Amino acid sequence: MRRTGFTLGFAALAIVLIMMAGRTKSFGATAVQDKPATEVKIDNFVFAPNPVTVPAGTTIRWTNRDDIPHNVVAEDKSFKSKVMDTDESFTYTFSKPGTYIYFCSIHPRMTGKVVVQ
Amino acid sequence: MSKKKNDVILHDHNHDGIDRRGFLKCMAWAGTGAFCVMQGGVLKSYSLSRLAELSQKQTKGELSFVQISDSHMGFNKAANPDVVATLKAAVDKINALPTKPSFILHTGDISHLSRPEEFDSVEQILKDASAKDVFYVPGEHDVIGDDGKQYLERYGKESQGAGWYSFNHSGVHFIGLVNALNLKAGGLGSLGQEQLEWMEKDVKHLSKSTPIVVFAHIPLWSIYPEWGWGTDDSAQALGYLKKFGSVTVLNGHIHQTMQKVEGNVVFHTAASTAFPQPKPGEGPSPGPMKVPAEQLRSLLGVRDVNYLPGKRALAVIDSTLE
Repeated sequence: MRRTGFTLGFAALAIVLIMMAGRTKSFGATAVQDKPATEVKIDNFVFAPNPVTVPAGTTIRWTNRDDIPHNVVAEDKSFKSKVMDTDESFTYTFSKPGTYIYFCSIHPRMTGKVVVQ
Repeated sequence: MSKKKNDVILHDHNHDGIDRRGFLKCMAWAGTGAFCVMQGGVLKSYSLSRLAELSQKQTKGELSFVQISDSHMGFNKAANPDVVATLKAAVDKINALPTKPSFILHTGDISHLSRPEEFDSVEQILKDASAKDVFYVPGEHDVIGDDGKQYLERYGKESQGAGWYSFNHSGVHFIGLVNALNLKAGGLGSLGQEQLEWMEKDVKHLSKSTPIVVFAHIPLWSIYPEWGWGTDDSAQALGYLKKFGSVTVLNGHIHQTMQKVEGNVVFHTAASTAFPQPKPGEGPSPGPMKVPAEQLRSLLGVRDVNYLPGKRALAVIDSTLE
């Protein structure tokens, strides 16, 4: 009897472990979400890719790869990042559909667009 | 190439004693380490290596001051890992000038990330300069994250609005303008209506023979809009200065010296004390330009400006750090 109980318990544990393995989330993500963040790189005073079109609920992560600091500021003031020095990032989750124009307020000729569907 | 040249007025089409073509020819030498002194319409050019030989009488005027710009304290990337050393070298250059300057104009981007310790560091280093008074205007790197609140607390005590002000010295009227704040998406530098109205009133009652010096961070003429090198509403500001016989505009932001003459207005942009930037369009972006270490200081510099009373234009002398 004991052995059967032991085997059953072991099987149950194995099933739970297998189920968990299939749903592992990566640690260190800045937001717990079903989809990974959409990456926008900042380099040579340019946002790339630009424009980006994403479904509502998407998080965008801007990472500054330039050797000069930049930031991102929404024209409609819906988001505004701190200044990002080289290799720093900023994330924002777009929950509402719409077209969002943003720019670097330090170098305002740098503009970008996010279309949220 | 250091022979002394003497130019006299060759062309005076406007009959105003200014030889613009000769002036521009002379200005082309400035980038190679020469300088031009214009005294009463007569141009003289000298190579910088002979600067020390010149008598006090030739370069000394009633007013002498220095412009530095774009110290970017806090920058530490490949283009210049030690902006403290190059700013100190700029101070050494100032202290070696034949005529002691009365004050320093700093045309902005004092700090790199608007951090308090960056501003502190610049102030500390400039304490060693022969000129103790420093007049600042902010660059876009000085107003990050707080709309210029910290800049105003430090430097805006005698100023209006976002930090604009004017003062007189030795008969010359100085106007410090702020065009690196409240920038719009896709735009260039911006002065704004409030500042323009202040400026119009500020110069209204000055006699047209008053020499004017305007200093602001972003260039007040359109050098290269694609890289943000211009000011959206500068034409209005310059319109208020039309009556004056001598207007000198001193700017920074582009990290290289450039000159332009337009009517009675002479524009000069300054070199940085931190890092150079490419010429318009000659690079992927207006960012820091890496050069071999031994060339860096030849692309950084300070500017000596002398006013001789009764002369139309100010004598502007650019020298590199090496």
